Amino acid sequence: MTDSKGRFGIHGGQYIPETLMNAVIELENAYNHCKDDPEFNKELTELLNNYAGRPSLLYYAEKLTRELGGAKIYLKREDLNHTGSHKINNVLGQALLAKKMGKTRLIAETGAGQHGVATATAAALLDMECVVFMGEEDTVRQALNVYRMRLLSAKVIPVKTGTATLKDAVSEAMREWTSRIDDTHYCLGSVMGPHPFPTIVRDFQAVISREARAQILEKEGRLPDAVIACVGGGSNAIGSFYHFIPDADVKLIGCEAAGKGIDTFETAATVNTGRTGIFHGMKSYFCQDKYGQIAPVYSISAGLDYPGVGPEHAYLHDIKRAEYVPVTDDEAVDAFEFLSRTEGIIPAIESAHAVAYAMKLAPTMDKDKIIIITISGRGDKDCAAIARYRGEDIHE
Amino acid sequence: MSDIRKAFENGKAFIPFITCGDPDLETTAAAIRAMAENGADLIELGIPFSDPTAEGPVIQGANIRALAGGITTDRIFDFVAELRRDVKTPFVFMTYANVVYSYDAERFMARCCETGVGGIILPDLPYEEKGEFSAVAKQYGIDLISLIAPTSANRIKMIAKDAEGFIYIVSSLGVTGVRSEINTDIGEIVKIIRENTDIPCAVGFGISKPEQAKKMAELSDGAIVGSAIIRLLEKYGKDAPQYIGEYVKTMKDAVMGR
Repeated sequence: MTDSKGRFGIHGGQYIPETLMNAVIELENAYNHCKDDPEFNKELTELLNNYAGRPSLLYYAEKLTRELGGAKIYLKREDLNHTGSHKINNVLGQALLAKKMGKTRLIAETGAGQHGVATATAAALLDMECVVFMGEEDTVRQALNVYRMRLLSAKVIPVKTGTATLKDAVSEAMREWTSRIDDTHYCLGSVMGPHPFPTIVRDFQAVISREARAQILEKEGRLPDAVIACVGGGSNAIGSFYHFIPDADVKLIGCEAAGKGIDTFETAATVNTGRTGIFHGMKSYFCQDKYGQIAPVYSISAGLDYPGVGPEHAYLHDIKRAEYVPVTDDEAVDAFEFLSRTEGIIPAIESAHAVAYAMKLAPTMDKDKIIIITISGRGDKDCAAIARYRGEDIHE
Repeated sequence: MSDIRKAFENGKAFIPFITCGDPDLETTAAAIRAMAENGADLIELGIPFSDPTAEGPVIQGANIRALAGGITTDRIFDFVAELRRDVKTPFVFMTYANVVYSYDAERFMARCCETGVGGIILPDLPYEEKGEFSAVAKQYGIDLISLIAPTSANRIKMIAKDAEGFIYIVSSLGVTGVRSEINTDIGEIVKIIRENTDIPCAVGFGISKPEQAKKMAELSDGAIVGSAIIRLLEKYGKDAPQYIGEYVKTMKDAVMGR
């Protein structure tokens, strides 16, 4: 019997319908060929640097540091990338790979709309057709991004099944892929799903920590004491952690969306409240009931509102290399406002979860310690929702 | 070895599917009895899953209705045990890997064995991941049913050689649901299967009409129907069993060429 592939400890694997098996095998072969191909890498670097605007800044947040009165804080500014988030790193890689495979159509799921916008952007640039699945609930929460995707000539399909959020968008994109494989690549947006996606997406997002590591060494002459990033599926977090994993003294901290709190049912903090299961192509931690029915999760952040977590994060948790902490809606909204006020940087509500934890951690650390927070995206898309959260109704 | 083989001893097999607890277990029990009395050779019992990614809208709906009615894996095992007193038709479960994993695979297989369910179909468990469940399934004599898809190509041989019970041939790309036509070269897939195993194979996905079932059964050893039965439940609710019985009779006649 052939061995299961793509394992991170006990997690990962390929739990998908037989119909998709040859598609993921084809993808794995294509990726293994391209990842070391100088021509592919040259094209990708060209796109990342001259289209997406990389490398992204590692910005010393002096005012934030002063306000919090502890560790020195740097922000890895993925919000400055073209399309406004880290999602473009992965999408450019996958779209280019799909193009090399002869695919002409990209499908994607999206929660907050950031990955959908990035996929629609790459599709426009590379002359590919694009269909994005988005939970109906999220199309309301993130109406601006729906318009952006349409402007980029992508078709947005509102998903009405289940909780009508990110989980259901993933299910629907998987269903679509099983019905149309020949010309279609499923451009998965996070480090989840069946092998090889968790590895491919991680490798394309690892540019974040590759840059951050070199940048902090240049600015400070040493490695940071902690790297903090928000975790839904976990793509910006794994990208932020990856090149620091061998550096045992660098604490890696993933911030999960606790929603209304991990002691309530309205939470999406998978590592903190879930247990091992099999869903969406992978074995990992999931929020679920005792019979394995996937739980309807909740977070103010559409991008973190997912009942699972990438298998490599599950593994980093198991071996205690990374720590996963819950951050509530309230804490994230406070951080959203605090960073805007102190640094003039409006973070995505997803990224605000990482800022919120840093606001608790930094004051407990000495002034000669260093923290890097990944600002995975910009917060323009969230302004209307946060205003609503504060009881103010604004019309975009 | 399970009793699944027996299902293929009455000529071409007709295999209906039903989601347990849609809309309630009383209706499911009546429907299963109607299926058995009208010639069903093997009955696929769906254990609902919250997020059935291989299903189209019709069976998704059945899953949602059943779960909304409070159905659980434990209640389904108790239900099957009760049903087994008078229904002797072979059964297989159809559910998702997480349902078995969460129940604990060994405990799940033990209860299958106890309640007389001969096999399990897990559409999200491909060949490469089977090992995790197959060892313990074997221990309890439960067949882990393999699926072969229109895209399987070079994989058919490998899957067929290792198959148990029967082989489920997925007729078309995409998810479950009624289709007006099936374009896959089923004959070619069956030919490769036959070269590698003597285990029977049946075709499912998209079959609803007697002519389709007849054609698929001619090409293989039987036909599997799900969504068309769930549609009867959608339409007639608690009165559906009578219509399901009539439908199963028509379909069994069709696969037998009667």
